[in-house]
Amino acid sequence: MTTAVSARLSSPLARRLGGCLFLALVTAVVTGPDGSNVHPLDGVKNSLLNTRVFGFLVFGLLLFAVTSLSGRTKPIGLTQVRTRLSQAVGQRGTRPTGYLLLLAIAVLVPLQLSPAAQGSLFLDVGIYALLALGLNVVVGYAGLLDLGYIAFYAIGAYTTAYFTSSVINGKVVYPLPVHSPLLLNPFFVFPIAVLIASVAGIILGGPTLRLRGDYLAIVTLGFGEIVQILARNSDPLTNGSRGAFGVPPLSLHIGGFSYTWGQDALPYYYLLLGIVVVVMIAFSRLERSRIGRALAAIREDEVAAEASGVQTLRYKLLAFAIGASTSGFAGVLYATRQFFNPETFSLQASILVLTIVIFGGMGNIFGAVLGAVVLQGLAYILRDPIPLIGFKVPDADRFVYFGAVIMIMMVFRPQGLVPSRRRKREITMSEQGMGSADSLGSGEVSA
Amino acid sequence: MTLLVVDDVVVRYGAVEALKGISLSVEQGEVVTLLGSNGAGKTTTLRTISGLHAPARGTILLDGEPLTGKPPHEVAAMGVGHVPEGRRVFPRMSVNENLEMGAYRDRSHLKEDTDRVFQLFPRLAERREQQGGTLSGGEQQMLAIGRALMSRPRVLLLDEPSMGLAPLIVQTIFEIIKQVNDEGVTVLLVEQNAAQALRLADRGYVLETGTMAMDGAAKDLLVDDRVRQVYLGEG
Repeated sequence: MTTAVSARLSSPLARRLGGCLFLALVTAVVTGPDGSNVHPLDGVKNSLLNTRVFGFLVFGLLLFAVTSLSGRTKPIGLTQVRTRLSQAVGQRGTRPTGYLLLLAIAVLVPLQLSPAAQGSLFLDVGIYALLALGLNVVVGYAGLLDLGYIAFYAIGAYTTAYFTSSVINGKVVYPLPVHSPLLLNPFFVFPIAVLIASVAGIILGGPTLRLRGDYLAIVTLGFGEIVQILARNSDPLTNGSRGAFGVPPLSLHIGGFSYTWGQDALPYYYLLLGIVVVVMIAFSRLERSRIGRALAAIREDEVAAEASGVQTLRYKLLAFAIGASTSGFAGVLYATRQFFNPETFSLQASILVLTIVIFGGMGNIFGAVLGAVVLQGLAYILRDPIPLIGFKVPDADRFVYFGAVIMIMMVFRPQGLVPSRRRKREITMSEQGMGSADSLGSGEVSA
Repeated sequence: MTLLVVDDVVVRYGAVEALKGISLSVEQGEVVTLLGSNGAGKTTTLRTISGLHAPARGTILLDGEPLTGKPPHEVAAMGVGHVPEGRRVFPRMSVNENLEMGAYRDRSHLKEDTDRVFQLFPRLAERREQQGGTLSGGEQQMLAIGRALMSRPRVLLLDEPSMGLAPLIVQTIFEIIKQVNDEGVTVLLVEQNAAQALRLADRGYVLETGTMAMDGAAKDLLVDDRVRQVYLGEG
């Protein structure tokens, strides 16, 4: 009798049930009332004794039911959705209908959203999708871990502020204490910012790209911090922490035709959507080009790539510059829409972009965009009460949930939402004990 | 005709002198082997020839043209194929993709050269779509050699092709090196497996802690008392 019970208890099904219920209790505690300095455990006690704990247990049972149906160990349904999705998305550009469908969704869905959501769609989702696409070239294609990526975004934004001015209530406003003698329409700042950002990328990359993965990460981390601190402390140049106010919105004047991107977020969104689509096409071509093959070889084994005649340093610099210019471009776009100050370009922003790339599927273009949609969408949804259960996540706790989603994702699907073909192989191979799946920089040190 | 000349080359790692002024030459069509124990500087010699290390002194000539100070990709373009130590195939690329990377500089003969490599290595032909990292050690070595051949090198630098392989596979690899050489590719072979290397080679050099200790015809070295004692583990 007892052996039968213990056998039951140790069965995978029972363990999963226990896991789900435990998860429910943890969630109840995490979302429950706070403790205090005097009684730190009050929070735990009160949330477990409160009746709302039953609600969470029901959720735990539901989770168990959903994950156990049809006897699979992986969440059901998701697998089918995934294969459907990857079929629709197309592995090698064979499914134009899938692309058109996705584009139609991207065009039509925002029309149904609230103005606040539309604004977030541009600032949080769209801009970060663009940033992730650029970082994907650096991290996903070339395997270089860049933790200071947001610095180039800052360079783009501050360049825009330097070259523009606007008229507010009849008064000319310069975004920064210093300004260019020649003021430009923001559209003309794009090429300048892209150029400056890529030059900054090359200046940073020149001496540092000789370093291997981990060291490069530290150096770029330092670079990102330096740029942010410079922006914060150089008051006479950057306005310090007060930031740049007065960058004009985008506007076009061609002949008699004139259009200004105003308060409404949608026109900005559609412009950005167009840019993202163009960048996606460009980068997918890049991936399949000679350059893309060189980058893949560098990522897999730098010594072997070098012996095959690949100019490794040059291609690493190129990847770095492409990433930097994409980031700079996004910075211009952001600056024309939104006030910014040095806090906009924090390390956390760099890490968020990296998270999006890894979450979406490193090395995959659709992954970068989908990662931005899911993660940033999640962050947006968590700002308001969750539909159905009416529970509002406290602002201070938002990143706990955010982090939990990322952790669960990395445990159950380490290759990301839409993994690249190569990334998928890395994960399977490392599970079979061959090679490492972190794959940022080739593992071995050359003799 | 002398194809490759290494003349009085010094290489330093910081304060350590890895090569203390070594010289060697390889004639067109020869197989020359470079022997020596661990840390003698064999790998450093090959890496210096292919531009992965810059010599502090000395010259390296390929067919009369200086290689010294050129970056690896230029050296490769001039006709030096390097099969690095430890094989180093691209683990997540298929066999086909690995070979394609070998023809990275010039893809005009891609099809023809791929067929040639598959002829040379029928085992690879059976595994065209398999990933490099999932091949056996011997197959990886074949792939690394095949990849180097894709660039149509004039001289092939092989760094310990027998390392970590079963004796039977080593036999096969050496037979293939012979075959490659018969097709007109000059070979500079670094080996610890001295007996087999000397049986294959025309001439040999012996490196000892950064200096050239001996050189001569392979058949003479094979019967030399000191070589027999130190490198062949005999009497």
